[in-house]
Amino acid sequence: MAQATLDIPANKIWGGGTSPFGASYGKLMMWFFLLSDAFTFSTLLVALGYARHVHADSWPLVEKVFHHFPFTHAHLPLLYVGLMTFILIISSVTMVLAVDAGHTNNKKGVLFWLGLTVVGGIVFLGSQAWEWYTFIVGGDGVMKSILVDGQVKEVLVQGANLQNNEYGHTLFANFFFFITGFHGFHVFSGVVINAIVLYQASQGIYEKRGHYEMVEKAGLYWHFVDLVWVFVFTFFYLL
Amino acid sequence: MSAMDSNNTHSEHEVQILHSAHDHSHGHDHAHDHDEEHEHHDTFITKYIFTQDHKMIAKQFLLTAVLMGVIAMLMSVVFRLQLAWPGKSFPILEPILGKWAPGGVLDPNFYLALVTIHGTIMVFFVLTGGLSGTFSNLLIPLQIGARDMASGFLNMLSFWFFAASSIVMLFSVTIESGPASGGWTIYPPLSALEQAMPGSGLGMTLWLVSMSLFIVSSLLGSLNYIVTIINLRTKGMSMTRLPLTIWAFLVTAMLGVLSFPVLFAAVLLLIFDRSFGTSFYLSDIYIGGQALEHNGGSPILYEHLFWFLGHPEVYIVLLPALGITSEVIATNARKPIFGYRAMIASILGIAFLSFIVWGHHMFITGMNPFLGSVFVFTTLLIAIPSAVKAFNYITTLWKGNLQFTPAMLFAIGLVSFFITGGVTGLILGDSALDINLHDTYFVVAHFHLVMGSAAIFGMFAGVYHWFPKMFGRLMNKKLGFAHFWLTFAGAYGVFFPMHFLGLAGVPRRYYTFTEFPIFNDLVDINVLITWFAIISAVSQIIFLFNFFFSIFRGQRSSQNPWKSNTLEWTTPVEHIHGNWPGEIPEVHRWAYDYSKPDREEDFVSQITPLTEKEIVEGAH
Repeated sequence: MAQATLDIPANKIWGGGTSPFGASYGKLMMWFFLLSDAFTFSTLLVALGYARHVHADSWPLVEKVFHHFPFTHAHLPLLYVGLMTFILIISSVTMVLAVDAGHTNNKKGVLFWLGLTVVGGIVFLGSQAWEWYTFIVGGDGVMKSILVDGQVKEVLVQGANLQNNEYGHTLFANFFFFITGFHGFHVFSGVVINAIVLYQASQGIYEKRGHYEMVEKAGLYWHFVDLVWVFVFTFFYLL
Repeated sequence: MSAMDSNNTHSEHEVQILHSAHDHSHGHDHAHDHDEEHEHHDTFITKYIFTQDHKMIAKQFLLTAVLMGVIAMLMSVVFRLQLAWPGKSFPILEPILGKWAPGGVLDPNFYLALVTIHGTIMVFFVLTGGLSGTFSNLLIPLQIGARDMASGFLNMLSFWFFAASSIVMLFSVTIESGPASGGWTIYPPLSALEQAMPGSGLGMTLWLVSMSLFIVSSLLGSLNYIVTIINLRTKGMSMTRLPLTIWAFLVTAMLGVLSFPVLFAAVLLLIFDRSFGTSFYLSDIYIGGQALEHNGGSPILYEHLFWFLGHPEVYIVLLPALGITSEVIATNARKPIFGYRAMIASILGIAFLSFIVWGHHMFITGMNPFLGSVFVFTTLLIAIPSAVKAFNYITTLWKGNLQFTPAMLFAIGLVSFFITGGVTGLILGDSALDINLHDTYFVVAHFHLVMGSAAIFGMFAGVYHWFPKMFGRLMNKKLGFAHFWLTFAGAYGVFFPMHFLGLAGVPRRYYTFTEFPIFNDLVDINVLITWFAIISAVSQIIFLFNFFFSIFRGQRSSQNPWKSNTLEWTTPVEHIHGNWPGEIPEVHRWAYDYSKPDREEDFVSQITPLTEKEIVEGAH
């Protein structure tokens, strides 16, 4: 019986039998997960934008809220959060170098740069803790009429909690805690993931495996967390 | 279990394990798959409970969904009794529901709880987890020619998160203050304030816990489905040779990955409002004689976030059913599917549009009428891809050599419900007409037909059609026919009269209408609906008997009982790890070469190479 096979040309990458993106399933999964997570953060930022728009009159000027810097009483608006952002971006650079070292199976390079990335993440988390602390403690406080046990009373409100804050609208502190907290949780899990990968790399597990793809996957997550911070920074602090 | 054992005998087959599915992370390498062939022995636990085999996971999803579906259906019968005969005592209820039916009369709070949990279970656990979980798991590897899912481990986790979520949801029904009762959409402030109603306390918390687990399960499953379809297609299986089932599962998984995180964020904010005193959704509330501190939030924000998930969710439910229907109708009409590429385009079109229509659930929230008209426009656009699908089903059936298997009947039933329910969607999608119909039984009728009945009929079609693939046996045809006709008549009997209730203004979710003389004349319609609901519910016993009896005693199936083209029917009837005993088959043609001239048989499997004549004619 005269039959011929019409082979799909080798250059037709969507023809099956191969990954069209030339990436392993694990890396693709990470990409799609990040896409999903991006929608979670977008939701929060959209909700923030809505609240800001509705309460524009009682929304504080952010540079009047965040002007503290450790070990000084100087008025330095947004300088500390700028430094935090810089540290996080630098940790992305070290992550790139770790991934790059992984490509050449350079175990020492991976350990060095990934170690620095972990340190960068921890410094960021510490800074955020300080930022939260300063925000919660607050300054001189303001007199606000608020509801106490069903009665409206004039009360001195100092610092911030989830019900009241001295800076402006309640939702300002609500969103500050929620969004930076949610992002902080991502940074924390990123640090944990990086630390696990660092440990596994130090044990020579990837060396035996012959590739450092795990570092790449952790790197994707880490870059995403940094990128999200850029948006949080922009929409919460700068605008 | 004995029959299942015999379905999985390993003695005759060299069993292969797909190492690439577990730790081999550098792409898909066929040569590698055959390196390691050895006998593989499973314990009971790794085979039936913590299994990583996609076929077994599919069965786990199906059985869980059947259980959840039966529970949710019984709930609907209970609240239908109250709606038809308000205040009447049904002594049988008291021993079952205890304090929720004192003297056999359903408690009003528990009525609301039943409506809420019925909706939640049906939408999420039966038609999202059950439908997608069962058939994506079963069919994706089998129909694309893969040995298993990309990650068997995540697949296993996906099921167990689903099971945990189901258990929490069922447990919430049994607690003292009752389960969540604010409707399946859990709008705040009803869902945010514990003092709002009994179900807003622990019941609501458990609902949120269950839903968070469900979202994790959905995410793990969806990521797996997407990368498996993209990366693990066998040689020759180009995207335009994929069966339409796979296209539907792919787009469904993408919708899940993009819409569930939005619900996740919305639910997190709600949890903070409930438990930590934030004001994201709450403002200016005076409840139980007390003013609350919450200030500045907006419940409308929740509605926006919820429906940004909620509308794609409708298509997460429906698209797999449509994909199954495409496959079942083409196979049983013995004709190529009409307009294969148009079908793909319409799936993609529906998926895209589903993200920009959520506002049509919120026309009467005080939305700017101009914005409303934008949502009317995008909503009515969905009629185009939907009509493409409906007409393509009809034209596939047209002059086909129709094989009326139970699966075929259910698939045709889906097309019927899809059209009937879709037409009322045009009315509800219009912001002016919606003012009259919002939150009435017209809406209930609409979505129960277009996504409820249609999707469950798609699921039944899938179960009857792929039962031989799952269990190696056939379901009884005659019982299948009886099940179909009773359910079909029952579903229309329940939901068709509801349109008239809605047009008369009867609001949904009310415990009783005896206080409204205007609705006195409509009581008889409610009695009729309840009788049809009871008939539909009882007729599911036929299905359950047929299903469980056939697992053990059904007629043994041949390898390709429906003479179908797709790859799953080239695998042996007995399940084996890795699906194909030898090499993975190579694909040479699309999935719909039925009734080709010059052929002895009226089907041509996808693994049959193209003839020279076909190549000259430009076959694909």
